[in-house]
Amino acid sequence: MPGLEDLYREIILDHYRAPRNRGELPVPPASKSEGFNPLCGDEVIVYLLVGDDGTVDDIKIEGQGCSISQASSSMMSSAVNGKSVDEARRLIRAFKALMSIHESKLDGESGTGDDLAADLAGVQLGDLEALQGVVKFPVRIKCATLAWNTLRQGLDEGSIVT
Amino acid sequence: MTTLDVDRIKADFPILGREVNGKHLVYLDSAASSQKPTAVIDALSQVYREQYANVHRGVYRLAEDTTAAFEAARARVARYLNAESAHEVVFTKNVTEAINLVAYSWGRANLGPGDAVVLTHMEHHANVVPWLMLAEERGIELRWIPLTPEYRLDLTDLESLLEGAKLLAVTAMSNVLGTRNEIRPLVDAAHDAGALALVDAAQAAPHFGVDVREWDADFVGVTAHKMLGPTGIGALWARAELLDAMPPFLGGGEMIRDVRIDGFTPNDVPWKFEAGTQPIAEVIGWHAAIDYLEHVGLDAIQHHERELTGYALRTLDERFEGRLQVYGPHDTEGRGAVISFLFDGIHAHDISQVLDEDGVCVRAGHHCAKPLMRVLGVPATTRASFYLYNDHRDVDALVQSLATAEKFFAP
Repeated sequence: MPGLEDLYREIILDHYRAPRNRGELPVPPASKSEGFNPLCGDEVIVYLLVGDDGTVDDIKIEGQGCSISQASSSMMSSAVNGKSVDEARRLIRAFKALMSIHESKLDGESGTGDDLAADLAGVQLGDLEALQGVVKFPVRIKCATLAWNTLRQGLDEGSIVT
Repeated sequence: MTTLDVDRIKADFPILGREVNGKHLVYLDSAASSQKPTAVIDALSQVYREQYANVHRGVYRLAEDTTAAFEAARARVARYLNAESAHEVVFTKNVTEAINLVAYSWGRANLGPGDAVVLTHMEHHANVVPWLMLAEERGIELRWIPLTPEYRLDLTDLESLLEGAKLLAVTAMSNVLGTRNEIRPLVDAAHDAGALALVDAAQAAPHFGVDVREWDADFVGVTAHKMLGPTGIGALWARAELLDAMPPFLGGGEMIRDVRIDGFTPNDVPWKFEAGTQPIAEVIGWHAAIDYLEHVGLDAIQHHERELTGYALRTLDERFEGRLQVYGPHDTEGRGAVISFLFDGIHAHDISQVLDEDGVCVRAGHHCAKPLMRVLGVPATTRASFYLYNDHRDVDALVQSLATAEKFFAP
């Protein structure tokens, strides 16, 4: 029987109460992507500034919603800031795997089984692992993944421009 | 006025005896769907054990008996609504289908570009989206009755909103705010303006009853599952002459008198609107639900809910003064047993999650009323709703659990 402590770890509540990287970036040069959970009204806006060398130079988050969606966006922003776009994409896949979402090759960017394991070997999730408890609360998984889907949207749109 | 023996009533609802997370189930989501008494569960089971065949088809005894029970249920619904005739009761899946039936059949036959339908800001999506679809398809105009700061309909401009309109479509009770609307004056204003009036009675029918003659309405939608009955069954009540003139909605079996390869002749009302095999057991189960409700007594239920709502509003105010905002009238006059609220700094989903830990079931979200949520300026609220089987202990459990949530998320 999963308890509330499995879902609301202290580090999650900390990110919820004091979200990192809140704010906006000028668009352009930054890109802006918006994600919504129509069912619960969670909203995440990701501002992404990717440098010429393919590094996430800056990231800012806006939006509103439940503790899980907002903590996850804060943790996501801390995790990808300063990382290369490739590393950010690997983090997205690793996070989704943490949420038990294993995307097929049909999505065009990740594999299954051994491929995925090899792909994600060495990816350090760090604090993000605190969100693993969400898996035990299936309706909340979409709250946790909203920020990451929105980040991917931003990376995809950004790559079209460059 | 008899008072409710809630302990006895609770005993009539088997599900209320179960536990969630090792705690007693505290069910505070009856506005979404009510629980079912043994009488309804038994009626459903009895149909399938003893009295089941398709209706209006077989020439054998079993089919005739089932048809009789099916039509007796229609007459029972008609009596509950105080309709003049059972022929004015068309079975539909729910209120959503009832309103869609009106929009597709009456709407398509009577509304064209520029024709206006008047709605209110507190409507459920069921009474919004069918009209938005018609607006896209037919270019009809939608007008909206706004709200007052006390969460009631602002009727200041009612006359001008209704001017030249073809239909007023309004809920008898908001599923979010709990606000009860006085239907008769609204219907009179619509009729004075030459418009018809449709009433969404999904929330009103289980608690206050429906009197279509007193309301003088033209269309009324009700649904069984919110009034102790089964899911998948509801009804559209409409004036006989309107139903007679309306073209069929869904085509298929039962709704026809004759079918040729070059055309068809529709059946009489109400069967003209009941294509295909109906949810027979559910119809008969609805009969049992109405019997149960009237046995307990709507007056006693109303009295009980009003007292309980007052207790809940007072207790929430006292316990969480300034940190919890109720979206809905604070006066128990002219409101139902639905309390929507926002807790300072805690999202509705997080509240609902903590409450679930204590076996307390509330609704969190936009309650299928997004236009209203936009007017209120909130993305989501938590909603507790009460029915005849709830009592002070349930309210106390809610308040206790909210205190836990507040402590948990305290900065």
